[in-house]
Amino acid sequence: MATLTASTQKTAPPGFLTHPAVRKLLALAIAAAILVPLAVTQWGGATWPSALTVDVSEPLGRASDWIIDNRDSHPLFLYFFGHVSNVVVLAVRAVYLALLAVGWAGVTAIGALVAWRVAGVRLALGTAVAFLACGLLGMWVPTMQTLALMVVAVLASVVVGALLGLAAGLSDRMDRVLRPVLDTMQVLPAFAYLLPVVLVFGIGVPAAVLATVVYAAPPMARLTSLGLRGADKEVLEAVESLGTTARQRLLTARVPLARKELLLGVNQTIMMALSMAVIASVIGAGGLGDRVYQALASVDVGAALAAGIPIVLLAVVLDRVTGAAGEQHDGEPGRSPLTWLYALGAAAAVAVAGRLAGFLDWPDGWEVNIAEPVNRAVDWMTAHLYSGVPVVGGTADWAAHFTSWVLNPLRDGLQWLPWWSVLLAVAALAWLIGTWRTALTAVLAMAAIGVLGVWTPSLDTLSQVLAAVAVTLVIGFATGIAAARSDRFERLLRPVLDVFQTMPQFVYLIPVVALFGVGRAPAVAAAVVYALPAVVRITTQGLRQVDPAALESARSLGATSGQQLRQVQLPLARPALLLAVNQGVVLVLAVVIIGGLVGGGALGYQVVFGLAQGDLASGLVAGAAIVCLGLMLDRVTQPTARRTRKGA
Amino acid sequence: MRVRTTAAVASAAALTLLTGCGAADMTKQASPFANARGAKTVTLSVQSWVGAQANVAVAQYLLEHELGYRVDTVQVDEVPAWDALSQGRVDAILEDWGHPEQEQRYVEDKGTIAAGGDLGVTGHIGWFVPTYFAKKHPDVTDWKNLDKYADLLRTAESGGKGQLLDGSPSYVTNDKALVKNLDLDYQVVFAGSEAAQITQIKQFAKEEKPFLSYWYTPQWLFEKVPMTEVKLPPYKEGCDADPEKVDCAYPVTPLQKYLNADFAKKGGRAADLLKRFKWTTEDQNQVSLMIAEQKMRPEEAAKKWVDSHESVWKAWLS
Repeated sequence: MATLTASTQKTAPPGFLTHPAVRKLLALAIAAAILVPLAVTQWGGATWPSALTVDVSEPLGRASDWIIDNRDSHPLFLYFFGHVSNVVVLAVRAVYLALLAVGWAGVTAIGALVAWRVAGVRLALGTAVAFLACGLLGMWVPTMQTLALMVVAVLASVVVGALLGLAAGLSDRMDRVLRPVLDTMQVLPAFAYLLPVVLVFGIGVPAAVLATVVYAAPPMARLTSLGLRGADKEVLEAVESLGTTARQRLLTARVPLARKELLLGVNQTIMMALSMAVIASVIGAGGLGDRVYQALASVDVGAALAAGIPIVLLAVVLDRVTGAAGEQHDGEPGRSPLTWLYALGAAAAVAVAGRLAGFLDWPDGWEVNIAEPVNRAVDWMTAHLYSGVPVVGGTADWAAHFTSWVLNPLRDGLQWLPWWSVLLAVAALAWLIGTWRTALTAVLAMAAIGVLGVWTPSLDTLSQVLAAVAVTLVIGFATGIAAARSDRFERLLRPVLDVFQTMPQFVYLIPVVALFGVGRAPAVAAAVVYALPAVVRITTQGLRQVDPAALESARSLGATSGQQLRQVQLPLARPALLLAVNQGVVLVLAVVIIGGLVGGGALGYQVVFGLAQGDLASGLVAGAAIVCLGLMLDRVTQPTARRTRKGA
Repeated sequence: MRVRTTAAVASAAALTLLTGCGAADMTKQASPFANARGAKTVTLSVQSWVGAQANVAVAQYLLEHELGYRVDTVQVDEVPAWDALSQGRVDAILEDWGHPEQEQRYVEDKGTIAAGGDLGVTGHIGWFVPTYFAKKHPDVTDWKNLDKYADLLRTAESGGKGQLLDGSPSYVTNDKALVKNLDLDYQVVFAGSEAAQITQIKQFAKEEKPFLSYWYTPQWLFEKVPMTEVKLPPYKEGCDADPEKVDCAYPVTPLQKYLNADFAKKGGRAADLLKRFKWTTEDQNQVSLMIAEQKMRPEEAAKKWVDSHESVWKAWLS
């Protein structure tokens, strides 16, 4: 705020009306003064007027019935979807059989050698240990299933993403069409992608792979386009002056110059694909995610953990190795192909040796059963920490208090508010932080929720998101400030944040069920834990990037460190803080939705219900509402700065 | 532009080549993980309740150790499992609680699913209160008196009304319609999963608190927390035909098995075993208790039961 007042003082005439925020609010107030009385006389009441809803569940239900009845006869399915589905099944099966044929010793050796060539000895060791740990936990076969699915999904995503990115990078018109779509896809919760593919392909691996591709391709497309557009103009001109054709320029200059972005895109795609491949277990992806899902359904925390650890290990290893690939090639020239040859030869030798020695299946005797001790620990915890702990109360008591003192009032408050006032609040917030465009999108998205007839459950979800965001921001800003002020604390924090940021959303559900039982409170808790790392990181970076000269001058004026923080650092880091809020909101929504699996209710529950009952109509409506809610939350918190920076 | 069209044509051609020209049958969609490396694989749908896990554990143990199959289990909810079964992604469902609509569509109309006979267990769904509560207030076991106790059964999640605890959203349930049509002062609260519901019930029982819950027999939890059924208006044939207007109790259901039609014909000894698989409520409860209460791994529990009941399962193999 300090910067804002400063700027008005500079442009000066004391006119209070020239202040941009006031002007915006005033315009909005005038619009409201005209529209609200109209709306109220026409459709009173607090919830969205039923006259303005459109019942889409019936046509959707008919569509779903039609698909099931015609799946084995209609040419669209016979000649198109059927083939797509078969190709996916064949590809996944081929990779899976290849992995099994190489055997566990071979897979571990190949993984380690690739990691060694790309990223050095430490990561190679880490990779080997990670694979062995998967085997030790008795999860070798599920890990290979997930890996097979991932390989196919990632390849498809990278190809699709790179093609889209190429189109957007080379053609301005394509870019204008694609960018808003990709921007929007980026903020949507993974869960919303599941239903449409299930509608067409039914439960199973093809649906899971396709949902993963849709979810994981956008970052690749964005980064490819960014890399192509960001290429150094002078280099391009130099290449052009050599009389090259457009295709030569693309292949010899623009693509190599964009290598860093391309590799970052691959890295992002892999992480998103892993996260989705796990969530897709809800629609029959099999593998590790299915084990977690099965274990969660029986609140078997130990078994869930045994399947969750390999997921985390896979995520960390894949992230580090692909990340290292992006950094390493940046400066030095590529290493000699000969060492690669040696590495591959060694891997092949190990694989053959493993095969001959009969080391194909993970030996039964080598499994460590961690489920039992973990479950004993959880039982002890629920028995002793769950409730009735003197003074502090148990975790279940906290959850109950949080539900009845924070979540319930918030939900009831939101649902008590008349619908037009909610729209008005959304418009005001979005316009104050962003532009009239973002405000319009936000209001339209919110109105669409009403039209779909899921106003009440959407506000329930919204209340959970708001509560979780509030908690996340308080903890996140506090931690971020602490990390920005103390180098040692930041060093301690960094590896923790790294690990937390690479974990798939699904994994967070396990510990919260153990601690908080079932309901909305555990969903909120999982969301907070998931969103915290990003918020902490952005806050720390923002505070650290504050101009040192400004800090120095404040210090020379004798400001205490608290004053420096409040009056210099925080105001100057405002864009970063807003970005942190935006990211926090988007991440929280993603997990609050998945919270439907642990009793979070509202929209997430409706999606789960739709999937569970095969009632795709209600699930799809809820999915659409989630999309609108995500859009609204993103636009409301989207600072203008982000726009301009991205456009540059 | 030209490059892109060439690429599109090329990829389309590749797709056609890969798949062979002609129609692809969406009704035959085996799991890509099935039959790996020449092993004969059976894929069983395992539902989330422990009784179903017990069925699958025993069937899996026998298929693997007596007949040499590899068994994959997939967790699919009840209704999607029917669809997966018809597409061949799953070979068998061992315990179905009655889905007339799906039965009509897949068994009668499309013929992609074959009935697999009785499981031998009879199921019944109902509303239950803990016996310690019913002893103190005997009249709670009639639905007409439930409103009197709504205050006692209030929780943070149920708001101002009494709480009727339901389990997984995927289970067969008419509870929302029942509460509405019987005009009860109750709110249906879904725990999200059966395990969560059991955890909740056990917490209530530990503190001897009253609760009202959707529950079903046979269920091993009755051994741990004795419960008494609340009488709902009696079930009459067809009174639950319209899901919106249900106002009667749940029926008594002989639980059924269903097999994929192709698997039933060509599944060899595995299909024969699954068709003959039939045991009693006590048998199922015994295995369920081992899995859920003694926290044994399903395969260990199955082994223990198989070792001591040779005469029962020998009949399934012949």
